[in-house]
Amino acid sequence: MSEVSLVVNGRKVSGAVEDRTLLVHFLREHLGLTGTHVGCDTSQCGACVVHVDGKAMKSCTMLAAQASGSTVTTIEGLANGADLHPVQAAFKEHHGLQCGFCTPGMIMTATDMIRRHPEGLDEATVRAELEGNICRCTGYHNIVKAILAASKTMSKASKSKAKKAA
Amino acid sequence: MYSVNYHRATSVVDAVKKIKTGDAKYLSGGMTLIPAMKTRLAAPSDLVDLNHIADLKGIKVSGKTVTIGAATTHFDVANDEKLMKVCPALCALASHIGDPAVRHRGTIGGSVANNDPAADYPSALLALGATIVTNKRQLAADKFFKGLFETALKDDEIVTAVTFSAPAKAGYAKFPNPASRYAMTGVFVTKGKEGVRAAVTGAGDDGVFRSKEVEAALTKKFEASALEGVSVPSKNLMADLHASPEYRANLVVVMAKRAVMAANA
Amino acid sequence: MGIEGIGARVARKEDKRFITGAGRYVDDMVVPGMKHAAFVRSPHAHADIKKIDVKAAEAMPGVIGVLTGKQLKADGIGNLICGWMIHSKDGSPMKMGAWSPLAVDRVRYVGDAVVVVVAETKGQARDAAEAVEITYKERKSVSDAVEALGKGAPQLHPEADGNLIFDWGIGDAAATDAALKTAAHITRVNIVNNRLVPNAMEPRAALGHYDKAEDHYTCWTTSQNPHVARLVMSAFYNVAPENKLRVIAPDVGGGFGSKIYIYPEEIVCLWASKKTGVPVKWVADRTESFLTDAHGRDHHTTVEMGFDKNNKIVGLKVDTIANLGAYMSLFSSATPTYLYATLLSGQYNIPAIYGNVRTVYTNTAPVDAYRGAGRPEATFVLERTMEIAARELGVSPAELRRSNFVTAFPHQTPVIMCYDAGDYGTSLDAAMKQADYAGFAKRKAAAAKKGKLRGIGMSCYIEACGIAPSAAVGSLGAGVGLWESAEVRVNAVGTIEVLTGSHSHGQGHETTFAQLVNSRFGVPLDSVSIVHGDTDKVQMGMGTYGSRSGAVGMSAIVKALDKVEAKAKKIAAHLLEADEGDIVIENGQLKVAGTDKNVPWFQMALAAYTAHNLPQGMEPGLKETAFYDPSNFTFPAGCYICEVEIDPETGKTDIVQFVAADDFGNIINPMIVEGQVHGGIAQGVGQALLEGAIYDGSGQLLTASYMDYTMPRADDLPSFQISTSNTPCPGNPLGIKGCGEAGAIGSPPAVINAITDALGHENLTMPATPQKVWAALRSGSKH
Repeated sequence: MSEVSLVVNGRKVSGAVEDRTLLVHFLREHLGLTGTHVGCDTSQCGACVVHVDGKAMKSCTMLAAQASGSTVTTIEGLANGADLHPVQAAFKEHHGLQCGFCTPGMIMTATDMIRRHPEGLDEATVRAELEGNICRCTGYHNIVKAILAASKTMSKASKSKAKKAA
Repeated sequence: MYSVNYHRATSVVDAVKKIKTGDAKYLSGGMTLIPAMKTRLAAPSDLVDLNHIADLKGIKVSGKTVTIGAATTHFDVANDEKLMKVCPALCALASHIGDPAVRHRGTIGGSVANNDPAADYPSALLALGATIVTNKRQLAADKFFKGLFETALKDDEIVTAVTFSAPAKAGYAKFPNPASRYAMTGVFVTKGKEGVRAAVTGAGDDGVFRSKEVEAALTKKFEASALEGVSVPSKNLMADLHASPEYRANLVVVMAKRAVMAANA
Repeated sequence: MGIEGIGARVARKEDKRFITGAGRYVDDMVVPGMKHAAFVRSPHAHADIKKIDVKAAEAMPGVIGVLTGKQLKADGIGNLICGWMIHSKDGSPMKMGAWSPLAVDRVRYVGDAVVVVVAETKGQARDAAEAVEITYKERKSVSDAVEALGKGAPQLHPEADGNLIFDWGIGDAAATDAALKTAAHITRVNIVNNRLVPNAMEPRAALGHYDKAEDHYTCWTTSQNPHVARLVMSAFYNVAPENKLRVIAPDVGGGFGSKIYIYPEEIVCLWASKKTGVPVKWVADRTESFLTDAHGRDHHTTVEMGFDKNNKIVGLKVDTIANLGAYMSLFSSATPTYLYATLLSGQYNIPAIYGNVRTVYTNTAPVDAYRGAGRPEATFVLERTMEIAARELGVSPAELRRSNFVTAFPHQTPVIMCYDAGDYGTSLDAAMKQADYAGFAKRKAAAAKKGKLRGIGMSCYIEACGIAPSAAVGSLGAGVGLWESAEVRVNAVGTIEVLTGSHSHGQGHETTFAQLVNSRFGVPLDSVSIVHGDTDKVQMGMGTYGSRSGAVGMSAIVKALDKVEAKAKKIAAHLLEADEGDIVIENGQLKVAGTDKNVPWFQMALAAYTAHNLPQGMEPGLKETAFYDPSNFTFPAGCYICEVEIDPETGKTDIVQFVAADDFGNIINPMIVEGQVHGGIAQGVGQALLEGAIYDGSGQLLTASYMDYTMPRADDLPSFQISTSNTPCPGNPLGIKGCGEAGAIGSPPAVINAITDALGHENLTMPATPQKVWAALRSGSKH
């Protein structure tokens, strides 16, 4: 057994878990954060993507014990209260989801992607960077559209913030 | 996953001490080991986590000499500005390993120590004539990679860094397996002081190897056109669902051409 | 159309919970005292079970119970069944072999469930499952359907001699032979339709809970049709009578057909819950899903299509062998017969058709309906044949199709179907224009300069949705009726709940169904709730598959809304002292037409429940139920065009353009319809380029994870160019045809026609992987 303690969605959490417990299972079963999903056994589908210390990672390919001491953001922690994160809003507006199962991982990957590309994104880059997230419903068409739209919204927002600051 | 005991190492010395417990294994990024444990194909009794050893992280470039700490992630290799200046081919290679989430966590040391026959890094290190530095010794890449998932590492030995002298030219091209996206054939070519080297991953029956045929052709002229009409034997190439040895033999030449074009670009 | 009504592009109501991580799938459910199940599955494709020793497993930490098929049988649990009776040409009924939820004396495919372990944690259940010792005596196995019919093939079931389940025919064999004799040209094609694994992203799961106090069972399951699950588990599997069994299908992460069927695991979890006294949850891992979810397709077909000297089709003869796997899944017999061969006329006037279908047992996972179900196979047969015929005859593929199109409706085909409405020329024109078909030669030349091979291909598909009417499908062998039910409850404050037997697992019913209500009564979408997926809430329903929720499910809602409207108008007329015939419903008010006299919707609703002032003799309340049984299938149709570029050095095919022009009849929410088409095309392109389930010679599934089975990823696909036209369906009140499967039906032949156009020969099977295309470039003759 390991004693793990993390900050998850801004809240300090801890628990004693079997060492073999994956981070995704710690989130789902110990913290009740069931928005993070498991869709495969081989670390390929990306339904489990969360942010660990600010970077997108697959929570099915990491032990909870490994993550101890880290700061984790899950899909449940993305919105600011009742205000949706721009990526969440774009997925809804552009119909970037159908059954919703891959959606949390998609949104966490998209958020990370936009963070890493403040200069903006194009369709080819979005498609390439979605390599680790599989969706069976949408054919990716509207997911790509949603990410491009969110990227635009967010770069506009950060520009206007910068302007204000200046 | 079977039951396992997790240990976090604070230093290389601490790690070597902890690896003596049961049937322990070092855990770096875990991008191959943890999936293997999840499907119960790997069953170490203990894991010694190397991720929190600060000494193992970071990239140093001094002149043409590059040293990459073993626990440096693919993401950090892909985006290192100093490395980009002396050996952009290695940054490009790292930027196409797995997917963004894998690159945030997977490490060069883990990849090298695991020596997956479809991993990208082994071909680069072999073609770069790199040296693998462990807590005990320094090993030339030619001596380090021994076959499928086999290396010269002893049980308690830890890869701490890889180091190489950046060649004048280097390029990498891979054709990914359509399903897994691992290299179905990847070729890393270099042209440096010691001539041309071309190493192939994803294709060999016995893991990463250097292609005599490609090297001979590129030694004459380091251009894609030099590979026109060159063929490599399909004997000793892997056969699986997605590629026959003959198809892989073709891909070796095609990827070598593209790697050279990238190197010359 | 209002801003929220029929035809409006409304963002989905259900999205809020999915984008914030608040969706509730079966694996998210926690019941107090819940424990975890792991199945011990056969590692062999075919073997006798000689001995099962559970002692070591029982002694493992955390183990609560280790249960076998013998115990299950002793408790009277029944075998799994196929619910659609097909008779062979000689009149004999199909030969259904026994399928026990836990195998008793023989296993017939890798993954066949043998023992279940219930333990405190999932990890402990798996640890103990490995400790179960089963002694097998291996038998010879066969995984290919053609081989399974051959002499000396291993026999799977004593009931099915030579592994033949049925040998069925449709159409007029003699007339077809005679027609082919008169043909000026006959195109002959051999076609393999590759086996696919549906791969909904949420793996199957079940949570069974037996409540001793009430002697009542609850099953949470990943189902597209919870009521059918309850019906079948009660009537055939003897789990519990219907009044003692509640089935809940909460949020379900995709189905594509694979979650229609009732599988061994949900039966076993319910039974094991009573047996062990704890709620039992099982969640498949991905490899378990690959091994045991019902697979799709897997046909071998020979085709002969005859043309007269004017290139008109005179006859079509099709002979198909369909692999049904080791056991007959719930609707497996209908897929390669009534959902396949009845569509062999395509969009064309074909005077004589004969289709022969033989279905076969093999040592592979059961095969059943997967998105499109039979119709993709029929479309692939026809549209590959038409393209090849055009190439052989030296005529334009578009014009050969156009000159054979059905243009007058209704049109009775020789294979049962009567097409009610359509305009195939319009879809063809729209697709060709959008694709700039005329400019292809220029693009091909430009590609050649870059060293790429460019090809273009089309496919004109027709499909049949909303399988009905019940009496007709009953006469064809269906064990159930294919109607739908609806209940509309207007609450006292005017908010509305619609209870439907349709089930949404990605289709957006919570939005589209509410849009229908908004169109009728002007009630805002936020005041309308769609309730589905729970047998305790919705009285009965047939679920969602076969693109039936719009055409059948919404039609039932229309009927219930009609009844609500009639009563609401009576109440309003009474309150307004007007004539019932003068009341109209507009913008949330019931008005006397041509006056400003009105009563708001909520006030009328309140009046219905206070019952202080209702017309003489009227019952209080406002709640209506309806069942709708369609009069015919619906017939969506369209034209797809695919353009590819092939890298001749690697054989890799890139789809550079994909155009879809569909006729779905009337559309409720264009945004959702487009999403259905995108997803369908991705699965069709997946079949054509990437996906294929491969068993090796010993019956091991080689493609049992995403390491080996190629799922379409974002960079495998382009953005799609899609459009719709509309000939409303005359058979249902909303004029809807259905859109869920078209993409998967129409796209595979378009892709393969494009690649073979680029290659210059027809020698290529799906999936057209880089290796295969590379090899095809080096073999085969030019056409």
